[in-house]
Amino acid sequence: MTLVNEPINRGEIRKKYCRFKKHGIKYIDYKDPIYLLKFVNEQGKILPRRLTGNSAKYQKKVAQAIKKARHLALLPFVTDGLK
Amino acid sequence: MFQRNYETVFILTPVLSDVQMKDTVDKFVNLLKEEGADIINVENMGLKKMAYTIEKKTTGFYALVEFKADPTIIRKFELEFRRDEKVMRFLTTVLDKHSIAYGEKRRRGEFNKKVEVKEEAAK
Repeated sequence: MTLVNEPINRGEIRKKYCRFKKHGIKYIDYKDPIYLLKFVNEQGKILPRRLTGNSAKYQKKVAQAIKKARHLALLPFVTDGLK
Repeated sequence: MFQRNYETVFILTPVLSDVQMKDTVDKFVNLLKEEGADIINVENMGLKKMAYTIEKKTTGFYALVEFKADPTIIRKFELEFRRDEKVMRFLTTVLDKHSIAYGEKRRRGEFNKKVEVKEEAAK
């Protein structure tokens, strides 16, 4: 009867989850730049939690790991076309 | 004596010969030993391409030292890095219980397993 703002394809809405919590990964290694690539965009910027779904605890750890990797020149501070 | 686990990664200039590089790594390891630290692992990660240039160099020798030591010696140890012009970068990290467990796994070569877990996580 009344028009309600309903999501169109309900089935496709997936709940975000924290991959570290789900798989029990406790430590994020800053020496592994290939793994850390998942959490940066093409310019080498750290992706926000709203996109990766990380919990606050692990987002912080990811950010720290990326920053350490940048210091050791394992990841760039700025680039284009990282992926 | 209160001790902590640490891990140091440092980058040496690529202009050194293999022998010079090993000597430099040994120098730092011996320095730690003299200060009464327990060396857990020394790993030469080899010549790697860096993500950006440091001191106009595009590559560097990466070395990793894991050790257990008294927190007071870290200052002295890092001062030695600053004095040595062969060292381009260094980073010392305190290891907590999770990173110690991870480091042990890494040393035992369970790395391939670890990669699998990570790939799963990516899906």
